[in-house]
Amino acid sequence: MSDLVQHLINGIATGTIYALVALGYTMVYGVLKLINFAHGDVMMVGVYFGYATAFQLGRAARTTLWGVLLIFLVAMAACALLGFIIERFAYRPLRDKPRLTALITAIGISFALSYGFQLDFGPLPGAAPRAFPEVIRPTEWLVLGDRDVVVWNWQVISLLIAAALMFILQYLVYRTRFGRAMRAVSFDHRVAGLMGIPTDRVIAITFMLGSALAAGAGLLYAIKDTAVQPLMGLYVGLKAFVAAVVGGIGQVPGAMVGALLLGLIEEFVVGYTASSWREAVAFGVLIVVLLVKPEGLFGRVAAEKV
Amino acid sequence: MHRILTGGIVVLAALFAAGCEKKTSTQTETPATGTTGQTGVQTTGTTGSAGTEGSAGTAGTAGAPATGDVILLGEVGSLTGAQATFGISTRNGVELALNEANAEGGVKGHKLAVRVYDDQSKPEEAANAATRLITQDHVKIIIGEVASTNSIAMAHKAQPAKVPMITPSSTNEGVTAIGDYIFRVCFIDPFQGFVMAKFSRDHLKSTRAAVLRDTRSDYSMGLSEVFTRKFTEMGGKIVATEAYAQGDTDFRSQLTAIRSAKPEAIYVPGYYNDVGIIARQARELGIKVPLLGGDGWESEKLWELGGSAVVGSYFSNHYSPEDPSPRVQNFIAAYKKAYGGVPDSLAALAYDAARVGIEAMRRAPSLETSAIRDAIAQTKDFPGVAGTITLDEKRNAIKPAVVVQVGDTSSKYVATITP
Repeated sequence: MSDLVQHLINGIATGTIYALVALGYTMVYGVLKLINFAHGDVMMVGVYFGYATAFQLGRAARTTLWGVLLIFLVAMAACALLGFIIERFAYRPLRDKPRLTALITAIGISFALSYGFQLDFGPLPGAAPRAFPEVIRPTEWLVLGDRDVVVWNWQVISLLIAAALMFILQYLVYRTRFGRAMRAVSFDHRVAGLMGIPTDRVIAITFMLGSALAAGAGLLYAIKDTAVQPLMGLYVGLKAFVAAVVGGIGQVPGAMVGALLLGLIEEFVVGYTASSWREAVAFGVLIVVLLVKPEGLFGRVAAEKV
Repeated sequence: MHRILTGGIVVLAALFAAGCEKKTSTQTETPATGTTGQTGVQTTGTTGSAGTEGSAGTAGTAGAPATGDVILLGEVGSLTGAQATFGISTRNGVELALNEANAEGGVKGHKLAVRVYDDQSKPEEAANAATRLITQDHVKIIIGEVASTNSIAMAHKAQPAKVPMITPSSTNEGVTAIGDYIFRVCFIDPFQGFVMAKFSRDHLKSTRAAVLRDTRSDYSMGLSEVFTRKFTEMGGKIVATEAYAQGDTDFRSQLTAIRSAKPEAIYVPGYYNDVGIIARQARELGIKVPLLGGDGWESEKLWELGGSAVVGSYFSNHYSPEDPSPRVQNFIAAYKKAYGGVPDSLAALAYDAARVGIEAMRRAPSLETSAIRDAIAQTKDFPGVAGTITLDEKRNAIKPAVVVQVGDTSSKYVATITP
């Protein structure tokens, strides 16, 4: 019983990270119908900038509330800028070209980032795996029985940050003027342009938002799993992409539900069957969902998308 | 538009090129001397490197390469690339052995010299370097490599050319199986599994063990398989076997499953980068039992990634600098004097490999490579710093392993386990 609870906690923690990364995929897909395969690597870049900032701050300053906020802000700002640059110089010139061209470009950018960051640039961590510094000093938040169930403070904090980011996003998309513009562009960017919506700007901002979100997700991931290395984004990116598709790509709630589902499935497969089956079952679920409901759990055919 | 894009790419390319250049230039400084050839293979040798690292001072008498009365040995190692520390330690160990042999008067009245080529941690470069040593430099013995994959690539060149090759530290069983000219001075992978099974039964008195293995690594799978078999034969019980894949960073689900099986020790024969995180997450879940591992744990990164979580765990290794025997302590003193640091296992094994080769040349009736091969094959009870070496009919070293315990900043010697 206590193991069940522990597995549940582990699964939710993993799913939360997938969810934040999946939101970025979903937003960009929503407005551009482009699967941004570089998204996971943008997350990695965010972690790298967070790492560098944490080291510049030093041991004492980085564990304070302001220190942590600064780390998140620097990483998210750097990624927003990176997202802007990628969109402006790699995707925008290809917007009216066949969709496959942009997709291949995305894969190219993904490799350029994950292998480019193998080089040592100043305080960035470089190729070898590094431990992300402890920015949230780990303390036990809840202990049940003889340490049968352990919940750590950073698990709770991560969950709260993730939930907050999701609510902000949901509000932004469905309750603001900019959100309405975004949805209009997503519906048909040519017509939206004719109606006076600055499509280029809307798309650029969407990219920046998605990238900043990836940076936040990356930092939570680094705090959770410690290791930082240039290829960390590929794997998480792939999982988050699966989550977004399962939930119905283009749908904000779909990405969240799909990601939590994927995190929990993975956790329980390992916990109660053989651990090497994890990927097989996770991707098997993807295939089944797509067979039964090709548009994803939350997707509606020809739905209004974000 | 297009101009901006091209401009951006050019700038990016220039940036990367600058980054690369900076990296290689700092790395060429680490070896004693570096004359970078057109092929990108870097050569350095005690022959011409006198003075740069102090140690080479005694090698000043080594003279010109490949001509006259100098016996030339070859070494291939990763002096640059991902495993640069492996190559540098190995080169230092070989140099030290040669300098000592030269001080004793060399072999059969000849001085010894070594030619070192860099393989950039790549198997194809290792094969090229081996070919060059054989056809161009006509070396008597080749020493190398650390990584089994690279050693196998080299062995495929050395065997047909009938040049004896001694690998100091490749533990994969397949390396020496390539032919009768290929030797090694370290133990093989299955032995490490046996060592930790015996250690956990005899020293830790554990009856219940769990295994967490890396399904993407032959090394990890091989070790865990032997551990499981031996531990069960010795009367223990494997209560859980879980798997991960290299590069995973979340091991909590496997560890939660292991925790509920209540083992007294967990065998994790992976590489240091995964093990550090595994240890951290195990402690986080309240698992207090020691983790056990193999020589893949040996790296300073283990502490960086694992922090205090790895302290108190055990792993099998080739040698420990804390081994009190005078043989080991004399080697450490000489190495420290020459290179200014405590030698790791790789340096110790390279030193042993070179000395086994030198000793064989002294015993051999002539300096024909076939005679040297026969002499190496007869190596028996050779007093190496990383254990006494006897080569069996498969040209593998039969020798003990040490078990070390991870301390706060370094590893502590615990036990020696003999085959």
